[in-house]
Amino acid sequence: MSENTWHGIIHATLKAHDVKLVPYVPDNVLRPLIERIHADPYFTAFACTREEEAVGIAAGAWMGGMRAVVLMQTSGFATLANVLASLPVPFQIPVLLLVSERGTLGEFNIGQALVARTMRPVLDSIAIEHHTLTRLDEVEFTVDRTIRQAVATQQPACLILSPLLTGRKVFK
Amino acid sequence: MNNQPATRNTAKPVARFDITQRLVAKLHHDEAVIGGIGHTNFDLWAAGRRPQNFYMLGSMGLAIPIALGVAIAQPQRRVIALEGDGSLLMMLGCLTTIGARQPENLIIVVMDNGTYEITGGQPTASSQGADLAAIARGAGIANSAWAADETHFETLVDQALATPGPHLIAARLTQAKPAGQTERDPAQIRDRFMRGLGTKG
Repeated sequence: MSENTWHGIIHATLKAHDVKLVPYVPDNVLRPLIERIHADPYFTAFACTREEEAVGIAAGAWMGGMRAVVLMQTSGFATLANVLASLPVPFQIPVLLLVSERGTLGEFNIGQALVARTMRPVLDSIAIEHHTLTRLDEVEFTVDRTIRQAVATQQPACLILSPLLTGRKVFK
Repeated sequence: MNNQPATRNTAKPVARFDITQRLVAKLHHDEAVIGGIGHTNFDLWAAGRRPQNFYMLGSMGLAIPIALGVAIAQPQRRVIALEGDGSLLMMLGCLTTIGARQPENLIIVVMDNGTYEITGGQPTASSQGADLAAIARGAGIANSAWAADETHFETLVDQALATPGPHLIAARLTQAKPAGQTERDPAQIRDRFMRGLGTKG
């Protein structure tokens, strides 16, 4: 059984669904998950130069028979509207996105706060299923069901990690 | 020419549809081909439908990342990305990811006509000094070369299909209209491609 942390539960749930490939753009909140994944030889994980690139890699891997999850932070998600609307959505490729949410609940950078407001409207406008993880006791259920639905419906999905869950440090 | 590697300046401009046909004719092991947007994938389509071809519609610049994903998922299959110069310039960083990972089964073919041809022929940086094969070498893709002419292009393709990659082959193109136009049915394109890769029954 996995350690009872958000990153321990997500790590175990990804494995339970055969998600093996993890292209990511680094983020400090995601660091414990990234470190776990790098330490586990089950996964192939590497940093990409842009989030768009990582989405392309995940889409190609799915078509080649390997499941992937793309890790990024909010500002990186904001670069993705074009590729989401022209690759995974119309081609029906279940690319899984995991976004650590900056820009709210103690943000110190106005740019992050503004860009964060674009995320959910973009997801809603191109009909991408998304859920915000706020509680530890709901992480396994939500991640599990989101992956199942993405695969079954052949559509991308996005999981947002709220500071309520990750306890991101605030600026003092 | 035999003693000096070709550069963009010395490479003979070749016709995109002609070299696309020459490339496809060499694919005998169900190699996957990812066609980047625009005339690059129009000519791939016109060169003959193969279930192992994926035709992008939008997501400019992602032919190489998509090919890398396929190459990671299927290490026994060779995967070829066909990408235009304008598209590659939009996603140059992906060459450094390839350089860092060194996928042995990945081949990149850059179709460099020096222009954004489909939008009216505006010049790209590659027609003004940017050497995409040199950039790829600098990114860590040591086997990056300009095709001096059609015959040399075929030689480079033969080498890339026979030796561990990653490989990058850059071809300088003449200005030419594409020989066809890809059908725009993304779900069907993806479904056929997955059947061609054996990932959907």
